[in-house]
Amino acid sequence: MSDPSKEWPLWEVFIRGKGGLSHRHAGSVHAADAKMALEHARDTYTRRMEGVSLWVLPSAQIVSSDPGDAAALFEPAEDKVYRHPTFYKIPDGITHI
Amino acid sequence: MYTTDLSGKDKNAAVAGVAEDPALIAAFEARVAADEFIEPKDWMPEAYRKTLVRQMSQHAHSEIVGMLPEGNWITRAPNLRRKAILLAKVQDEAGHGLYLYSAAETLGTSRDEMTEALLSGKAKYSTIFNYPTLTWADIGAIGWLVDGAAIMNQVPLQRTSYGPYARAMVRICKEESFHQRQGYEIMMHLAAGTDAQKRMAQDALNRWWWPSLMMFGPPDDKSPNTEQSMRWRIKRDTNDELRQKFVDITVPQAEAIGLTVPDAALKWNEERGAYDFGEVDWEEFYAVVKGEGPVAKERMQARQKAWDEGAWVREAARVHAEKRAAAKLAAE
Ligand SMILES: [Fe+2]
Ligand SMILES: [Fe+2]
Repeated sequence: MSDPSKEWPLWEVFIRGKGGLSHRHAGSVHAADAKMALEHARDTYTRRMEGVSLWVLPSAQIVSSDPGDAAALFEPAEDKVYRHPTFYKIPDGITHI
Repeated sequence: MYTTDLSGKDKNAAVAGVAEDPALIAAFEARVAADEFIEPKDWMPEAYRKTLVRQMSQHAHSEIVGMLPEGNWITRAPNLRRKAILLAKVQDEAGHGLYLYSAAETLGTSRDEMTEALLSGKAKYSTIFNYPTLTWADIGAIGWLVDGAAIMNQVPLQRTSYGPYARAMVRICKEESFHQRQGYEIMMHLAAGTDAQKRMAQDALNRWWWPSLMMFGPPDDKSPNTEQSMRWRIKRDTNDELRQKFVDITVPQAEAIGLTVPDAALKWNEERGAYDFGEVDWEEFYAVVKGEGPVAKERMQARQKAWDEGAWVREAARVHAEKRAAAKLAAE
């Protein structure tokens, strides 16, 4: 039977597509250590020049928000329409603003 | 297809006895019906989770086992160009398997559990890979027909409801088109070659045509889970729809290079705007699903051997990493 403690840990892979872009999540790999995780990430996710830089980090280290809290976390922004430029009425004829 | 459920039993066994909140179920169904994506930490019905793990791991296993028939020809590719291409293609298939395992793991089933399910015969993989690759032309036929059929199935799955699965499919679809084109190119060259080469191409088409049509799974009226899977957006077209589409697209490709599709009943139907074609031998299909494919045993023996012979490597790397981590901690 499979023994989870014997399985290589899981690492999340992030790729910078090209200079100027931020790293973006691509998927995950199993690897015994960080160096191997980078090698596996390279072989698995960048066979066609998909990136110029890789990040890997142990999946167990990721802290994420709970989907159940999404309403409480993100909805308060919804009634703050004054955060958007379209909230403000500028008379016709005024330009460059 | 790689994703047609071939497991046969314990369909909804997992759900029996688990009382799920009808309000949660209704909210979930509404999200899926509105084409929203479900993400790993979102609530989902147990049956959806189980069905997805089965479908995605079966798809992953198909990519991995699918390397074997083609791997068989890497050392015997007719020239360096073909060899480099075939190597790259087989490496892509390994990648596809890994994208899919990684996506399936987000549902809470570990990689090793999935591997064990494959090796024990509990998990299935596409029946197509239980046929042997007898000549070089088979490599052409596989790329053209098998990858072609896979593309037909995978393109709509880029919009499947489970986010990690959909994203894996986007990645895979980007890579598949080269697979199909290199296969067709092999067939094209053979078909334009000597009489012996042309015969070899025709023979490969003869042997791979029907198993390729079987890849789409049993006819719709014998595919009881289709309705639920379509509702859940983990299947987006029925087996028969995809099969028809495949035939309609592929027949002209065969004709264009002077090959003949081995089906006496094949005929363009003006009224339907589609080809009529003969009945697939479903007895053969079900036999192969049951593990009676011509090289089914060899395939699983090869996977088992790779797993067993890799055991010391997995173990050594793990212990080495643990040791180094402990030494680093002690030095701090
Ligand atoms: Fe693939
Ligand atoms: Fe492929």
